[in-house]
Amino acid sequence: MKILIKEGHIIDPSEKLNKVGNILIEDGKVKSYPSDTKKLEKGPTIEVIDAQGMVVAPGFIDMHVHLREPGFEHKETIRTGCEAAAAGGFTSVVCMPNTNPVNDNASVTEYILLKARTEGIVNVFPIGAITKGEKGEILAEIGEMWEAGCVGISDDGCPVMNSRVMRHAMEYVKAFGIPVISHAEDIDLSGHGVMNEGFTSTVLGLRGIPNASEEVMVARDITLVELTAAHLHIAHVSTAGAVRLIRDAKKRGVRVTGEATPHHFTLTDRAILNYDTNAKVNPPIRSQKDVDAIREGLKDGTIDVIATDHAPHSEDEKKVEFDLAPFGISGLETALPLSLNLVKEGILTLPELIRKLTFNPAQIVRINRGTLRVGATADVVIFNPDKSITVDRNKFRSKGKNTPFHGWQLSGCVRYTIVGGKVVFSS
Amino acid sequence: MVFQRKHILGLEDLTAEEISLILDTAESMKEVSLRDVKKVPALKGVTVVNLFFEPSTRTRSSFEIAEKRLSADVLNFTPTQSSVVKGETLLDTARNLEAMGATVIVIRHSMSGAPWLLARELDSSIINAGDGSHEHPSQALLDLFTVREVKREIQGLKVVIVGDILHSRVARSNIWGFIKLGAEVRLVGPPTMMPQDVEKMDVKVYYNLEETLKGADVVIMLRIQMERQGSGLFPSLREYSRFYGLTRERLKLAKEDVMLMHPGPINRGVELSSEVADDVHSVILDQVSNGISVRMAMLYLVASGGGNA
Ligand SMILES: [Zn+2]
Repeated sequence: MKILIKEGHIIDPSEKLNKVGNILIEDGKVKSYPSDTKKLEKGPTIEVIDAQGMVVAPGFIDMHVHLREPGFEHKETIRTGCEAAAAGGFTSVVCMPNTNPVNDNASVTEYILLKARTEGIVNVFPIGAITKGEKGEILAEIGEMWEAGCVGISDDGCPVMNSRVMRHAMEYVKAFGIPVISHAEDIDLSGHGVMNEGFTSTVLGLRGIPNASEEVMVARDITLVELTAAHLHIAHVSTAGAVRLIRDAKKRGVRVTGEATPHHFTLTDRAILNYDTNAKVNPPIRSQKDVDAIREGLKDGTIDVIATDHAPHSEDEKKVEFDLAPFGISGLETALPLSLNLVKEGILTLPELIRKLTFNPAQIVRINRGTLRVGATADVVIFNPDKSITVDRNKFRSKGKNTPFHGWQLSGCVRYTIVGGKVVFSS
Repeated sequence: MVFQRKHILGLEDLTAEEISLILDTAESMKEVSLRDVKKVPALKGVTVVNLFFEPSTRTRSSFEIAEKRLSADVLNFTPTQSSVVKGETLLDTARNLEAMGATVIVIRHSMSGAPWLLARELDSSIINAGDGSHEHPSQALLDLFTVREVKREIQGLKVVIVGDILHSRVARSNIWGFIKLGAEVRLVGPPTMMPQDVEKMDVKVYYNLEETLKGADVVIMLRIQMERQGSGLFPSLREYSRFYGLTRERLKLAKEDVMLMHPGPINRGVELSSEVADDVHSVILDQVSNGISVRMAMLYLVASGGGNA
């Protein structure tokens, strides 16, 4: 089976490619960049995709999603999560371990990977828990999970409050060369907070989560990674102070990377003014000052990755009192158009944006993806960056319709998603 | 001016004109209350449900009397006697009540924003009878009404609100109401009980009670909730009372004709010294009848305006 992608605007930051050209895919791999396609097109077993006016890039990699399986299949399954990913242009997803049971041992990792092989249409790379049951006390069997295929460790959703445990996790994981991904939150400072602490929470009478809740933990984890010389990745950076801490640490040469989500660089906490539970997320969407700082961090390279923190929930779970609604935004299917706003507004160039969605996350979790180099696995996304769309949550492939962007007019539309040389999504 | 709103969820989103209209309407309602036959047929055929998820005999009875004086059909619904304990969601409960014919729902809930959920998802008019730490519009309207009755004008008054501003819905509604009608509002309490960025509500923040009381026309004392002990926000009730409790001595710093309000019930010896508590008690009794008039006005305006006419 061959696919010829014709006359697309090829952008591959890993190869510093940024030109109009053709790509030939054969046997699941990037075969060549033929300049003359006439002869090829006449072949009997070739699918030709006319990519004129479209961007052709390595398939996106979302290094922070919640696929909810096993345990919460009413919110999402590996199948529906992968379908949502494909619709969003993602060819690989990295899934967090806060399932039920928690992915804190190799048998759960194997279960997820087996499910992904049989039902998933994109690549699934699991993250293992740092501690057993994500309880923050005893190290999980990280080595065995690594052998089974985990590409990093994190207690996402439940920060490791005990600094000694975090220190040992960072030291221990060096044997396997995978990153520690920190959900940086001091749960005592967060208290029972449900949104950003500030004027909006004051007006709404909702309990606030201060910026400091994130920042003290980012500072702690940077300090610990300086002690241990591991690789620290800060998940979903939401505050100006956290951006500053990461920037300063990078300047000192500390091995720390960071990611930001589209909702954190797009929305402010004013989105909650009508108690919209679809905008309830952890860390919370914050102030304009924080949004500006995250954008600045994306621009100057402090923030390496755009990840969605895709956190699907059922409709019923979100249609309750604000305090009772679960945290999370369904993000896979709005990530591209929201990220393209950064290009429109001159914060990133298109190649810079694509790098944060492909090559950078691939480097952090050390997977052999995110590139269109000849011989690489043919994970490709083809999208029209200018086509205007209206976000319609009812059309999401994800079971999670929980988006604060319903009805938004944006531009950017995925036309093809190709995984291992196979078209898994087209529109 | 005609009241266009379908719901009264808080004073934040009401205009000064709308607030004044409610107060004016409450004045007419007060006349009804002074008659021998204290009943008008304004809400005949309208079913009003009092949906109270928090026990509050005073607010609930006040609404109930107001509803009956307007000839509404009244249904009291409290979660202990309902399926809520069986895990039914707020929305399911409210939808069931709507199916029984409710067109106005008066809701009291321990969580901020609960009335918003109903307003968004149901057809009924929603009146917020207090939600979490958010708003308590009928209490603030009652305070405004009582102050306006005595002082005639809200504009230019110096209003002091004392205590746990962070958790107080009475404080938030009163801030919006007094500010919108042109008063100067000062907040005072321990810094741990002052919400973030509250100055942006156009109020002045103080930590010293004596300094704040100087020249005050109105002092609103908030109730310290006993369960806040041990929350880490203040060391002890004794120390709280020493710095933020109101005594006769301290009250002398305010204007001579200062009005002292308390949403009740009072913790004697905590936020008010025993002697001040005796003084304030009479004002609280005065407020009971005003409370009914204000709530009649709210019910009447919501049921007759806002697409329900
Ligand atoms: Zn997280």
